[in-house]
Amino acid sequence: MIVSSGARYLRHRKIILLSVGLTALVLVTVALLWGLSIQNDQYAFYGEHQKGILTPPQRQTMVAAFDLTQVGMPVLKSVLQDWTVAADLLTRGQPVGEANLPSSVPPGDTGEAVGLSPAGLTLTFGLGASVFDGRFGLAAKRPAALIDLPSFPNDRLDTRFVGGDLGVVVCADDSQVVFHAVRALARIGQGRVVLRWVQQGFQAASPTTSDTKTGRNLQGFRDGTVNPDVTDRTVMNEVVWSQAGDGAPWMEGGTYLVVRRIRMFIEIWDRSSFGDQEQTIGRAKHSGAGFGAEYEKDAIDLTKKDANGKTLIPSDSHVALARGAGKEKILRRGYSFVDGLDERTGQWDAGLLFMSFQRDPQSQFVAIQSRLSNDKLNEYISTVGSALFACFPGVPKGGFLGQQLFN
Amino acid sequence: MGLIRGAVGGLALAALFVVMSCQKETAVPQATPANDLTVAISAYRAYAADQIDSLVAATTDFARSVTEGQYSKARAQYAPARMYYERIEPIAEAIGVLDARIDARESTDPEWTGFHRIEKFLWSGVADGSPLPTIIKSAATNLVQDTKLLRAKVESIELETADLITHAVELLNEVSATKIVGEEERYSRTDLYDVVANVEGSKKIFDLVSPALQSRDAALHAKVAAAFQALETRLAAFRTAEGYLSFDKVSKDTLKEVSRAVDALAEPLSLLPKALVPGNK
Repeated sequence: MIVSSGARYLRHRKIILLSVGLTALVLVTVALLWGLSIQNDQYAFYGEHQKGILTPPQRQTMVAAFDLTQVGMPVLKSVLQDWTVAADLLTRGQPVGEANLPSSVPPGDTGEAVGLSPAGLTLTFGLGASVFDGRFGLAAKRPAALIDLPSFPNDRLDTRFVGGDLGVVVCADDSQVVFHAVRALARIGQGRVVLRWVQQGFQAASPTTSDTKTGRNLQGFRDGTVNPDVTDRTVMNEVVWSQAGDGAPWMEGGTYLVVRRIRMFIEIWDRSSFGDQEQTIGRAKHSGAGFGAEYEKDAIDLTKKDANGKTLIPSDSHVALARGAGKEKILRRGYSFVDGLDERTGQWDAGLLFMSFQRDPQSQFVAIQSRLSNDKLNEYISTVGSALFACFPGVPKGGFLGQQLFN
Repeated sequence: MGLIRGAVGGLALAALFVVMSCQKETAVPQATPANDLTVAISAYRAYAADQIDSLVAATTDFARSVTEGQYSKARAQYAPARMYYERIEPIAEAIGVLDARIDARESTDPEWTGFHRIEKFLWSGVADGSPLPTIIKSAATNLVQDTKLLRAKVESIELETADLITHAVELLNEVSATKIVGEEERYSRTDLYDVVANVEGSKKIFDLVSPALQSRDAALHAKVAAAFQALETRLAAFRTAEGYLSFDKVSKDTLKEVSRAVDALAEPLSLLPKALVPGNK
């Protein structure tokens, strides 16, 4: 084709304009995406509820359980008071401990988070049932909801990951910030508490808004699809927050946290066929949609049948059993973990650090978990750690964690 | 940026799924009379029936020793009887409730019955002729009944080529996740009998499909055959005059090596349907 130089020039200019326009568009889009991707970088520690429950899950977590090494209510109270002060500082990105110390003593803050953003740090504290034995004079205050979890058929609990007097879930988008916080709590508590266990996790992840896509766990499936909508106050009051009439007034506005370390047999899962993997879960691996549905969030229909009269979602699949009649709801906050190798087999020690918040563990978590004894997924997983904590209500400025318990 | 990375990751994942679904479409040569897998399936059904016949006989003898108070004899009969079961365990699992009745691990369930219920009693230090608790007596009676029921039901079990391979892989999964860490025979410590039987059952399936596999994917066949051999060599070291070493006589390192040899075998074994199953469902 013959093109005159003028026309060529014009076309050239058009191309330049077009590319300028496109570049601008790309820049704007990148800026927008950048803005969106930076999540809240600070969550105030003080407030109506503890953070790290309804707030969106950050990328990293460390869950720690502590045991008290002394007896008597004052020691528990002092730990909670000191941790309150520290948690407020940490969430604001401030150093903990005494400042301006002479160089002849160790620094108050360990320093590895200096200059880092708080990265959306949240700390969520709770008490284990063992705190309500005779040691602290609190036996009468044990909430009925803080049950001893029953043993489930697929449990192979390892005492290294079970129980604890105190529990804290620390989450942030930066694992160094997370570690700094847990390290600070342990250091502050020296002589009064010892770490019982620590478990690290990275985002799996269960979103806490209903319009986001759910993260994938290490089996490659979306995990936590049916999480309730955290923006719905009524639902949260029903599902998550302990209410005035629930029998433990000091827990009003608090919640109960179940932590389960679910080991996945990664090598075995990886050699099970694509078809078996999907049949095990009851959802399409790619889209996350339940069989017979198109999208992840489409309603699950356990009654839908194929031409042969077999239910599309197998009755022993994880979805079918976990869902049951769909009555019980829990708020999931799932993270994946990889903890090196199982020294006995040389296989991955990896899986899901399952966490769920609920108002009443017995009628919510236990009801769901009890249905899973014949879950097809049990061939590929086993629960090796378990703990339940009563997470305090939020702390008002000037107050401290669990203050209501000591009144 | 996170979102962009996410989008790229999503695309990559989508591409992966496309690749995975394409793999599923790969055409497979039509079966010829020489490598017809229906022969392998019926041969496997016969093998399973044969194993369960032996299981019924061995379990009947074992149960008799238990009920007669001949506990030393029962202890010697226990592991060899179980091997018949361990060779075809996925068949029992496919049938459903029977596996839980025959082979359930220790539990607080008052209904707990089967081999391991009796195992716990036999290895609790009981002397020959000491009284037999009612619960163990009924566990022994149930066990014989349940193995007979298994024998009756095996005739009607539906089996397809893909199931066969799944069973072969599942038998190895049994080894690599739980048996190799000593979870199965926590009182008798006869875990290695189970390990050997699981591998033998898996190998049987491989042998049955071998001619077909050899003609359709000789490279995969060679790979799996070599991995079986490597594992069998390791297991042969556990052989003793009476049977197999006690679990607690084997070093941790050796057990780990076995687990890894199982993983190295099971991974290629799981690919067999690619070559053997026409038009993959």
